[in-house]
Amino acid sequence: MTKITFIESDGTTHEVNAENGQSLMAAAIGNMVPGIDADCGGSCMCATCHIILDSDGYALVGEPHADERGMLGLTPEPSPTSRLACQIEVSDALEGLVVRLPEFQM
Amino acid sequence: MITVEKNTMPEAPVIMKNADPATIPLHAIDMSQPDLYEHDLALPFFARLRHEAPFHYCANGQFEPFWSVTRFNDIVEVEKNHQLFSNEPNISLFDPMEEVPFQSFLQMDPPKHDVQRASVQSAVAPANLKNLEPLIRERAARILDDLPVGDTFDWVDRVSIELTTQMLATLFDFPFEDRRKLTYWSDLTADSNGGGSNVSREEQAAGMMECAQYFTRLWNERVDDPSGNDFISMLIRSESTRNLVDNPMEFLGMCLLLIVGGNDTTRNSISGGVYALNQYPREYEKLRNNLALIPSMVSEIIRWQTPIIYMRRRATADTELFGKQVREGDKLLLWYLSGNRDESVIENPEEFIIDRPNPRHHISFGFGVHRCMGNRMAEMQLRVLWEEIMKRFRFVELMDEPVRFRSNMVRGYTKMPVRVHLW
Repeated sequence: MTKITFIESDGTTHEVNAENGQSLMAAAIGNMVPGIDADCGGSCMCATCHIILDSDGYALVGEPHADERGMLGLTPEPSPTSRLACQIEVSDALEGLVVRLPEFQM
Repeated sequence: MITVEKNTMPEAPVIMKNADPATIPLHAIDMSQPDLYEHDLALPFFARLRHEAPFHYCANGQFEPFWSVTRFNDIVEVEKNHQLFSNEPNISLFDPMEEVPFQSFLQMDPPKHDVQRASVQSAVAPANLKNLEPLIRERAARILDDLPVGDTFDWVDRVSIELTTQMLATLFDFPFEDRRKLTYWSDLTADSNGGGSNVSREEQAAGMMECAQYFTRLWNERVDDPSGNDFISMLIRSESTRNLVDNPMEFLGMCLLLIVGGNDTTRNSISGGVYALNQYPREYEKLRNNLALIPSMVSEIIRWQTPIIYMRRRATADTELFGKQVREGDKLLLWYLSGNRDESVIENPEEFIIDRPNPRHHISFGFGVHRCMGNRMAEMQLRVLWEEIMKRFRFVELMDEPVRFRSNMVRGYTKMPVRVHLW
């Protein structure tokens, strides 16, 4: 289990114990964190699990691949440290990661 | 006298409208026939294909040959690979009209697609919708308050078309008194893609040229002060599209895409909701007892109706797909209507159920880089309309079977006689 903190756009905080091996998206959905729709079910095809990381967190999880970058271009509030939560796998290395949710999903 | 050898004569396509979905030979199935949708006969044929030939080649149909992709996850798979399966030159089975070869970003691939889309997507992005919601509510309320209680009237014309057209006029800041021109141009464009039109090509071409001229005039009026929040001003302001008007076919393509995208889809979902609730009275009762179900009902309406029946892709290279050999240039039709009835992904897919656990997991908006830009706009319009309907009317009663579009691309209604009953 890895501790992840999700922060909604209004500041509401959700601390989640995420299972290693699942995606950040699945961890959010499984723990009833609002603000992530995941319409496509986790195949990097809808951009409704958009999250924004701080620069340390972004460095930790790494750059998005080309497909993900394309989908991030569709999101209404893109930021240089945006990622799609369905493309990030939870592992011990992410312990304490802080994840901000945008006000709106695509 | 000309003689034709018998074995060179192509076999005539089967008339699908008269075929039995259980016994028709698989190779003869042709889902492109507009009759199937005009008479609402397509679903059992799609079920047969999903089970027995989910990736199916129609060599000898009413139109050109094409592949059918019928399963939800297979459609997603093809949409994911946008390099190999291109949106160019068109997203319908038919190639662009030679007379008016307009092109929008829906008929483009990345990277050109991305910059054109980016220039307009914020107009229908959720942040802007909050500003538009009170206006939509006011207009929906006025349309509903004007309905003739006690009389039978056409829901399509009085509500579905009127509301979507008013909304489009707002998004374009289009002269309000001319707004039904938008409907006309939209229908012409949809007709040219649907394979079942009675409109002559001359009329289609003339209508599209009129549209191009009208929007060019609006562009010219706004070019010196493009400060508005309308689509045209946004195009003028955006670095990547500020000269779009100099490329008339791309400018027309952009205008038509924004018109059609916000018109047929929402219009037919508005009508489809009334139809569905009349078919499923228990669901209507659920709704009356719990208005908090409106948002999930809206997603279910969009799935159940599936206003866009398919989108086409073109293979850019020879490739193997789902165990079959696809050739460069082959056309692949991604049947959203079938994907939304795929029982391996959606439980009881034939049923209209307004409180499904995961209602947004449907394929009506497509997936991938071409996913519907206005999806939140569409949902908001439908949600607000149903909130206002439920304030006023206990029952929007279907008085007779609706008349459906004769199109293999737009699944919708041209007439729907109803009567409204107050609480």
